[in-house]
Amino acid sequence: MANDDIDRANDFALKIGTVNGTGSTSANAMLMQVIFRMGVPVSGKNLFPSNIQGLPTWYEIRVNKHGHLARTPDFDVMVAMNAETYARDIEEVVSGGYVIYDSTHPLDEELMRDDVTFFGVPFAKMCLERFKGARVRILMKNIAYVGTLAALLDMDVDLIREMLAEKFASKPKLIDSNMQAISLGYDYARENFECPLPVRMEPMDATSDSVILTGNTAAALGCVYAGATVGAWYPITPATSIMDAFKEFCGRFRKDPETGKNLYCIVQAEDELAAIGIVIGASWCGARAFTNTSGPGLSLMNEFLGLAYYAEVPAVVFDVQRAGPSTGMPTRTQQGDLFTVVYASHGDTKHIALFPADPEECFYFAVSAFDIAERFQTPVFVVSDLDIGMNDWMVPRLEWDEDYTPDRGKVLTAKDLEAMEVFHRYEDVDGDGIPYRTLPGVHAKGAYFTRGSGHDRYGRYTEDTEAYKDVVDRIARKIESAAAAVPEPEVRMAIDAPFGLVTIGACRGAVLEALEQLEADDIEISYMRVRGFPFHPSVGQFINDHEITFVVEQNRDGQLLKLLTVETGASKDKMTSVKYYGGFSLSAHHVVQGVTEALERAGRVPAGKV
Amino acid sequence: MTYITKPAVRHPALEKNALGLTRRDYEGAMSTLCAGCGHDSITASIIQAFFELAIPPHRAAKLSGIGCSSKATAYFMNEAHGFNGVHGRMPAIATGANAANRDLVYIGISGDGDSLSIGLGQLCHAIRRNVNMLYVLENNGVYGLTKGQFSASADVGTVSKRGEVNRHGPIDPVSLALTVGATFVARSFSGDRKQLVPILKAGLTHRGFAIVDVISPCVTFNDHEGSTKSYAHTRTHSYEVVQTDFVPLMTEITAEQDRDDVTAVTMHDGSTVMFRSVAEDYDPTDRDAALSFLRASQAKGEVATGLLYLEDSSEDMHAFENTVDRPLVDVPFGDLCPGSATLEELQKEWR
Ligand SMILES: Cc1ncc(C[n+]2csc(CCOP(=O)(O)OP(=O)(O)O)c2C)c(N)n1
Ligand code: SF4
Ligand SMILES: [Mg+2]
Repeated sequence: MANDDIDRANDFALKIGTVNGTGSTSANAMLMQVIFRMGVPVSGKNLFPSNIQGLPTWYEIRVNKHGHLARTPDFDVMVAMNAETYARDIEEVVSGGYVIYDSTHPLDEELMRDDVTFFGVPFAKMCLERFKGARVRILMKNIAYVGTLAALLDMDVDLIREMLAEKFASKPKLIDSNMQAISLGYDYARENFECPLPVRMEPMDATSDSVILTGNTAAALGCVYAGATVGAWYPITPATSIMDAFKEFCGRFRKDPETGKNLYCIVQAEDELAAIGIVIGASWCGARAFTNTSGPGLSLMNEFLGLAYYAEVPAVVFDVQRAGPSTGMPTRTQQGDLFTVVYASHGDTKHIALFPADPEECFYFAVSAFDIAERFQTPVFVVSDLDIGMNDWMVPRLEWDEDYTPDRGKVLTAKDLEAMEVFHRYEDVDGDGIPYRTLPGVHAKGAYFTRGSGHDRYGRYTEDTEAYKDVVDRIARKIESAAAAVPEPEVRMAIDAPFGLVTIGACRGAVLEALEQLEADDIEISYMRVRGFPFHPSVGQFINDHEITFVVEQNRDGQLLKLLTVETGASKDKMTSVKYYGGFSLSAHHVVQGVTEALERAGRVPAGKV
Repeated sequence: MTYITKPAVRHPALEKNALGLTRRDYEGAMSTLCAGCGHDSITASIIQAFFELAIPPHRAAKLSGIGCSSKATAYFMNEAHGFNGVHGRMPAIATGANAANRDLVYIGISGDGDSLSIGLGQLCHAIRRNVNMLYVLENNGVYGLTKGQFSASADVGTVSKRGEVNRHGPIDPVSLALTVGATFVARSFSGDRKQLVPILKAGLTHRGFAIVDVISPCVTFNDHEGSTKSYAHTRTHSYEVVQTDFVPLMTEITAEQDRDDVTAVTMHDGSTVMFRSVAEDYDPTDRDAALSFLRASQAKGEVATGLLYLEDSSEDMHAFENTVDRPLVDVPFGDLCPGSATLEELQKEWR
């Protein structure tokens, strides 16, 4: 809450309500950048409708000197630029907070609140007088609120000027017009309001080793660095921007120096069935190939995923989850695809999955996904979500190890084959469950028949019980052994804590913040975040080692908890579900509330607490 | 398909091809299809075509969906990698494989169920992308493997073995392919090897998507009276519109080319396809004319066969995508990974 008594510098949240398609994106990006360049930890979340133009859209910015950057629903400052949503936006501001609105038209008295300060700025009127053309005026109105916020929150205006100069280096006229808009908002605020507010910026030095990026951009970059050459996809929110970014990066870094031709091939398929089929075909031929999708596309891919599992063809699939079931809420986040991912396709299947928590992990896990897929000759999923994929995260600067060499797995060369008497595709030569594979066109001795129908260890068609079981049992062993190859869980043990908490993916930030709050209330909880499937053996151990383990996840049915029960052998009775699945990013208060309620139910709340 | 055959000493008596391989070197596993199945005859023609073109078997890749027809990939060229995918989705696998390694010779085998029902979309889109491959549609008007249900290519009025009458209009793969822009469209009959082999060879040489619709009677479920895809019906109703001969690059071109009624088209690798129109005014390089001719012959109950359309200057998927000439699988990792300095530089944009 905004309160004059407490120092609120570098610790507040603001929200901007605008209309889809009015160009507020660049204004919001500017806000993010100036905060970041002032050295203060910041995150930005884009709440947008499944629509192209005309519907309400919001951008939420959290500034936090401690680095707590999960979503918070407590907004200290609201920039209400969309009259249609005034009522709701004004309601969302915390008591003691501030509302900035366009006073070109008077605000309905009924919307006013006594516990909130209103700053009316005639944005539309000022822009009408200063700028020409309807489109420019709308855009500049958005830039002007950046100016107002700069004054009220004490942002560095010189920095803003610098940023504009960088951004529009080739279009100096735009620097001027944008700066004029900034000044309109800035000057008006300085002249009419007491600036700065108690919630305000102060320069810090906590961002110099960081960057701001989205998970989808990071994942795409990981694909480029991993050496992926074939990408196949069918557009779907929130996965689309992975291929968009891959294309952009390839355009910059993947041109043949001599011919200018592409060292990659992106196929926009007719649907997700084709997209995964293309990936399988390309991987079968020896390329690193991937597809990016979300729930509905994943459902369509099921038959092919079973083929890749059983015929042992590598494939990398990015599943950027959104709220389901069915079309669900395409622009809202969720973690509802866990079952679909790990057991995709009919029959006995089980798939390797990696669960990044943020864009940094999206980058590194993308690279690992290709290594693991090729090493284990099977589909590997990188399971992120809309929150990670499309929102703006501050993460440590990415690094690249120059010594990295791709793990292409057991692929026989022409020379290997030449020296061999016979090659059998599905034979467990090394006893590790992973057979050798050959690529088409390399050597006549390497030829074999890839099929999703019953086959024996020699790759021959079979309907024989033993020969069939021989192969499927080996595949089961192979996949189990991948538990040691996927990223280990992230663990923070609280000393002698009776309680544990297991979580996954984007829940991380909110959970760690919640644990700090709970600890302040003397509730000590050990933390584990699973980062891969099959689960590492330490996961079951962690649950068994604690009296109660809270399982925090973002879906209705407690899919992670159920998976932990089935796949680790840990007792279901030891786990308590803490779920949030409303479609927004998880907040610390969801976790604190869920955990304390569960403790109350169990009669375990320390006296005098809660 | 583009592949330059290597010149080699030939021993015609031993029936060796330019690589010194015999027909046996192009054979596959024993067929498990019904005796007399049209699909097996097509397999024999495929073996002949690859043999005559002297394509090294291990430089070919055979792909298929699911169905009796799709099983045929196992019955030729043991030394080529094969891929029996899922029902109706072979075009996607072929697209991906070709994207990764453009230097292999791709042959896809499919059925009328595989291609015209469950896989109709994939077929159309592979055509649109002009994936460089030969696509053989083994067309029997029924789902053989699931025991004789009508397929989407069954003609109206066709009577099934169980006595049911098909009321739905057929999808003609040839008209469809012409409509969605196929650059090589042919039709033949499994029982007419003389016609089929040159067409297959031309299709393998074509740069782009070559579709050959081969009427292939199912002796078990669709070879009775009342079927329009039976041996008897096809023999009496098929009508060769264009006679096609294929002259590979390495073969001396004979005098036939000089005949007035013969049109020669040079393929990308320098081979020649020679057409002789049997139907008056048929021009196999005119898409619109081909379509209207097809409609007219359909109305007369005739099945037009031959290489019905060819666009020799077509651009394939790689041309559209501007990919490098060498296969992507041959590009070394060092050329694909931008490295740490670039990463550092790039991240300045995200500050
Ligand atoms: C997804 C899916 N649905 C149904 C089937 C069952 N099925 C196998 S083959 C086939 C039809 C094959 O017909 P066609 O392609 O004409 O091949 P033919 O056997 O006639 O040569 C069907 C429906 C399947 N394999 N997969
Ligand atoms: S059922 Fe028909 S299509 Fe299948 S193998 Fe027998 S004859 Fe051929
Ligand atoms: Mg059929």
